[in-house]
Amino acid sequence: MSVLIIIDQTDNQIKKSSFEALTYGVSVANQLGTNADALVLGTVNDNLPELGKYGIKKVYTISNTKLNVVDAQVYAAAIATATNETGANVLIFSHNQTGKAVAARVSAKLQAGIVTGACALPDTTNGFVVKKTVFSGKAFANVSINTPIKIIAINPNSFYTSFTDGTAEVSELNITVGLPKVRVIDVNKISGEVPLTEADIVVSGGRGLKGPENWGILLDLAKELGAATACSRPVGDAHWRPHHEHVGQTGVQIAPNLYIAIGISGAIQHLAGVNRSKVIVVINKDPEAPFFKAADYGIVGDAFEVLPQLTEAIKKIKASA
Amino acid sequence: MKILVCISKAPDTTAKISFKDSNRKFEEAGVQWIINPYDEWYALVKAIELKEQDANNTIHLITVGGVDCEPIIRKALALGGDEAIRINVDSDDSYCIAAQIAEVAKNGNYDLVLTGKETIDYNSSSIGGMLSELLDMPYISLATRLEIEGNTAKVSREIDGGEETAEVTLPLVVSCQKGVAEQRIPNMRGIMAARTKPLKVSEPITINALTSIVSFDLPPAKANVKLVAADNVAELARLLHEEAKAF
Ligand SMILES: Cc1cc2nc3c(=O)[nH]c(=O)nc-3n(C[C@H](O)[C@H](O)[C@H](O)COP(=O)(O)OP(=O)(O)OC[C@H]3O[C@@H](n4cnc5c(N)ncnc54)[C@H](O)[C@@H]3O)c2cc1C
Ligand SMILES: Nc1ncnc2c1ncn2[C@@H]1O[C@H](COP(=O)(O)O)[C@@H](O)[C@H]1O
Repeated sequence: MSVLIIIDQTDNQIKKSSFEALTYGVSVANQLGTNADALVLGTVNDNLPELGKYGIKKVYTISNTKLNVVDAQVYAAAIATATNETGANVLIFSHNQTGKAVAARVSAKLQAGIVTGACALPDTTNGFVVKKTVFSGKAFANVSINTPIKIIAINPNSFYTSFTDGTAEVSELNITVGLPKVRVIDVNKISGEVPLTEADIVVSGGRGLKGPENWGILLDLAKELGAATACSRPVGDAHWRPHHEHVGQTGVQIAPNLYIAIGISGAIQHLAGVNRSKVIVVINKDPEAPFFKAADYGIVGDAFEVLPQLTEAIKKIKASA
Repeated sequence: MKILVCISKAPDTTAKISFKDSNRKFEEAGVQWIINPYDEWYALVKAIELKEQDANNTIHLITVGGVDCEPIIRKALALGGDEAIRINVDSDDSYCIAAQIAEVAKNGNYDLVLTGKETIDYNSSSIGGMLSELLDMPYISLATRLEIEGNTAKVSREIDGGEETAEVTLPLVVSCQKGVAEQRIPNMRGIMAARTKPLKVSEPITINALTSIVSFDLPPAKANVKLVAADNVAELARLLHEEAKAF
């Protein structure tokens, strides 16, 4: 019996969401009175023994460069074999792009019940019940996993990482890796920008900004805060901003620490993608805009006047900090 | 080419979310059901586009659910499916649903199986992955573009901070999201034609659920918004820094 945390990488670097999974997985192991280990697929440049500081005992590796690209079929097979070899009975994934490709496949392969989008530690007082977000963040479901092996895929940005010190033992698993059927021909990363789903702070604009030529004041604020940028659906549809920036029910779903919504009315479909944000700030000239009901802080005012002043004020605070 | 599109019903995006039976069941009274947007706008419309490119392509639709799914599957037929099958069982366990679809798909020799990226009620993003495993096919999740040439799919998918484009030999399972196709509105001709298109109802095979929903909760109500005057913007920055510790 043990908890196995699946580590995800991009460009040979372990992702932030995997550190969240490590912290979460170690808490689950403590709760169950067992130990937690990590599984690293592919080759990474991170210092693996140091992952012990999260509280894990072992880092299992499958150092095959074929695994540096995520092919769901190949990944699922390797993870299922590793689960059997290590005797793990709880698997932890991040519910990020890789988790969405792979975790459910592993579930079907191992006949192991899965909860995706988990937002709390399991309740083990009576069975094994995991809370997850449903209805696009408008509600939660408590789901019981009724199989010997259990899989949890946690919402990114829902758990803080915490660590002390300690080192983990690294051990290579001798697992045959299948031939990927997916042939990657191009990878297009938006360089220099903070990826939306991993961003701590997101600055987002709606139709209230009137046109793409006005985005400069929003980008200035985002730059000052080191934030990723997002937009409402009509803004993406009108090509004022690239379509991958559109957040909401039908767009990207995010849960940053701070979400600043500028000139966005707060339609229910928009809120569905952002209501898991920890702090929501709304800037809108209409005091009746529905977004204010979902906000923690707000300014009723003209974005064109408020934004430059906000950027200035933040710059001052940062300079004196 | 034979295409299978997985269609789920979903509550209208503006539906009020509440629960009944001591928070054990979703309150369906007064809820309008729609085709899950990802299934309609992206998966189904992509299948229709592929059929427009090559009239030899056929589109089969499948839904797993009770009789209340019929208006939804009819609407999907009106948009452009050739025939549909409904597996007559209600389940909230993803694996049960995937296994029912796999049972049909196994005997159907499909070249392409399309799902939406997730249902907007349970938000599981699981059916596509499970289905691909049960069918032993490669799987592309969160697709943003899909072209077929001969027996090769060229498909892009969302990855962390960008997009990855790959080639895969069919058969293939793809979960679709924004970018794959453009939303359409069913026309009168389609609605009339749908009435005569075959809609078969099958009884489910026996599958043990791996999970079960114990209860639902609603999030605690938000405290009132703290408003800052428009002529005092610096105060907002201060609150965000000192009180919310947000930067
Ligand atoms: C099935 C379905 C799915 C959908 N999915 C999504 C989704 O995923 N994401 C999404 O965003 N939308 C989605 N929508 C659309 C959604 O219903 C709204 O239409 C959309 O979010 C509105 O975008 P907006 O707030 O930018 O524009 P508007 O509603 O036009 O709001 C503009 C706001 O800007 C304010 N404003 C104007 N001028 C200024 C100024 N100078 N300074 C400050 N404020 C100003 C106005 O007061 C107004 O509140 C969906 C709709 C449907 C039916
Ligand atoms: N009951 C169902 N019947 C048919 N297809 C479904 C059903 N539920 C989900 N799907 C498909 O699987 C996709 C992902 O759903 P989910 O894994 O539940 O988020 C949906 O977008 C549908 O295409």
